Amino acid sequence: MLYATPVGAVVLTMIVGAIIFSIIGYNGLAAVYEMFIAPLALSYKWSAIAVKASPLILIGVGLAVGNRAAIWNIGAEGQYIAGALAGTGIGLVTQDMTGVWILPSMILAGLVGGAVWGAIPAWLKTQFNVNETLSSLMLTYVAIHLMNEMVTGPWKDRTGYSYPQTPIVKPDQMLPIIIPHTSIHLGVLITLIIALVMWFVMSRSLFGFQVRVVGSAPSAARHAGFSYKTTVWLVFILSGALAGLAGIFEVTGPFRQMALGFPQNYGFTAIIVAFLGRLNPLGVIIAGIVMAITYVGGDLAQSALQMPNASKGIFQAMVLFFLLASDILVRYRVRFIRRAPVVAPSVVRSPAE
Amino acid sequence: MSIDYLIAILITVVGASTPILLAGLGELVAEKSGVLNLGVEGMMLVGAIAGFATVDLTGSPWLAVVVAAAAGAAVSMIFAVLTLTLSSNQVATGLALTIFGTGLSALVGKPFTGRGIKAFTTLFPDWLANDRFGRAIFSYSPLVYFSFIMVGVVWWFLNRTRPGLILRAVGENDLSAHSIGYSVIGVRYAAVAFGGAMAGIGGAAFPLILTPLWAEGLTGGRGWIAIALVVFAGWRPLRLLAGAYLFGLLSTLELYAKASGSIYTAILPSEAWAALPYIATIVVLAVISASKAGAGNAPQCLGKPFVASG
Repeated sequence: MLYATPVGAVVLTMIVGAIIFSIIGYNGLAAVYEMFIAPLALSYKWSAIAVKASPLILIGVGLAVGNRAAIWNIGAEGQYIAGALAGTGIGLVTQDMTGVWILPSMILAGLVGGAVWGAIPAWLKTQFNVNETLSSLMLTYVAIHLMNEMVTGPWKDRTGYSYPQTPIVKPDQMLPIIIPHTSIHLGVLITLIIALVMWFVMSRSLFGFQVRVVGSAPSAARHAGFSYKTTVWLVFILSGALAGLAGIFEVTGPFRQMALGFPQNYGFTAIIVAFLGRLNPLGVIIAGIVMAITYVGGDLAQSALQMPNASKGIFQAMVLFFLLASDILVRYRVRFIRRAPVVAPSVVRSPAE
Repeated sequence: MSIDYLIAILITVVGASTPILLAGLGELVAEKSGVLNLGVEGMMLVGAIAGFATVDLTGSPWLAVVVAAAAGAAVSMIFAVLTLTLSSNQVATGLALTIFGTGLSALVGKPFTGRGIKAFTTLFPDWLANDRFGRAIFSYSPLVYFSFIMVGVVWWFLNRTRPGLILRAVGENDLSAHSIGYSVIGVRYAAVAFGGAMAGIGGAAFPLILTPLWAEGLTGGRGWIAIALVVFAGWRPLRLLAGAYLFGLLSTLELYAKASGSIYTAILPSEAWAALPYIATIVVLAVISASKAGAGNAPQCLGKPFVASG
């Protein structure tokens, strides 16, 4: 049941999605086809799926750790932007330099940028007991405005006409393409390696155990000497760093720069990815691919059916709705029982009385 | 600074505060019953498009408010069924509701993009509403007066009525309320529906008060501010009113910074003004949460699923 329900959730989403879109006045079957099937049917879209799955998996793996501990980082979008900004900063400083050290230092800056942005809610939580859901989300808006300021102001490409965007990254600042004639870059491979490492960490290490105990049995965690505060810090720094890494991978990979349209909601969709993947890094890989299909499919549906791009959110949210609804089948055994006949209370007395 | 300028600012502040006040009141009642619904932003957007479309099609802003409330309550029922009947995780479900509402409003709103609507005409006669000083009190949208009335109604309901007492009991100790014989799930359904309706009206306030044009995602994260306000207010309606106006003031500064430039941007870049309400929210949350009174006010069963046994 645990692993059957995600599949069922996706199937139900397709069925109900077709109905909803038909009601709104679109061709519902065509919408579902463009959203879920077309990206798979068109082989030249496969590398696009892999490239879009990469940030979703990277962020999703980090969020899965936090959710295991019942620590809610919903500001991954902000940490993704912060990582991209930090890495871009290094990129601008090293614009006129050459060397193999440049790309790694940008990536490192991305990791640190995301981790620092993620550490703020951790600090607020451990120091002032601020609800981490709200603080991490507020920081996402702060990050978006910070990014807007940088790309329209000091970091704006002076040669880029009047578009608010940073200069295109230099060859030494680009992630190499690892499969020729596709857009699949080194970041995709690193993402897969990190997901596998995280699977090992979560299932085989003390840290993974600590996170699970803190989440499922807080008082047992206290008895075992697992500090809640330390867990909050670790979870936020880890998930922030991975989100930041995803951000700088996008800058040095597919985007090649930062612009107003840089945020792609990966940080929010990754929350769905984490749940759909059952908070298991291996499951997150599959879930990331499924959600990446809706990204590619959303673009296809936009051009084929003139559906607004944001409508892919309807499908993404429905997947999560159905998954959460079906969780009751995982946690409980549903029995259909005939309601017992009502008996006057005076006749029946429980033994305790 | 002339008095006219101050009155103009006041009118903008009132407009900016009203949506978050309305949505915040709804969320406050839901949280008082023990339900944390993070779907406010999504419900606001659904209410916004429902209200916008109604005015566009029928020309009646009054009907728009009713439809927006119904639409907000309707989508909140998705959340209610999942979290209350199927006892799913409230944080995840609320997030999904926000993503859902954002997508749904974008899809339904597409044909309306860029179209304008006529909002409410003033309630009061022109000689009052257009008066130099009178307009500070009489020129507002009926939704503004409604929001003030609702502050009183929510306060009175929670603190002075029996159903309000039951609702608080359900939020503070669901097991006790259940064992006395109250329907925990039923009360929470009603509270979530009220929260949805208020968020829907709050969303409709965007096209009806602030910008009479439809744009995708026009609430711009104000739903999250509304949730933060509830914490800020310590779950008390009167403090929610104060909080909503504080943040309305901050977001008005952003508008003025963008419009008039120089004076404001000499102090801070305009994007920093735009980020200010969010930064202020974080700072205020830190101050409130650190104090014992603030954190201690949270309903005891907030966010915890309730499963009736036996």
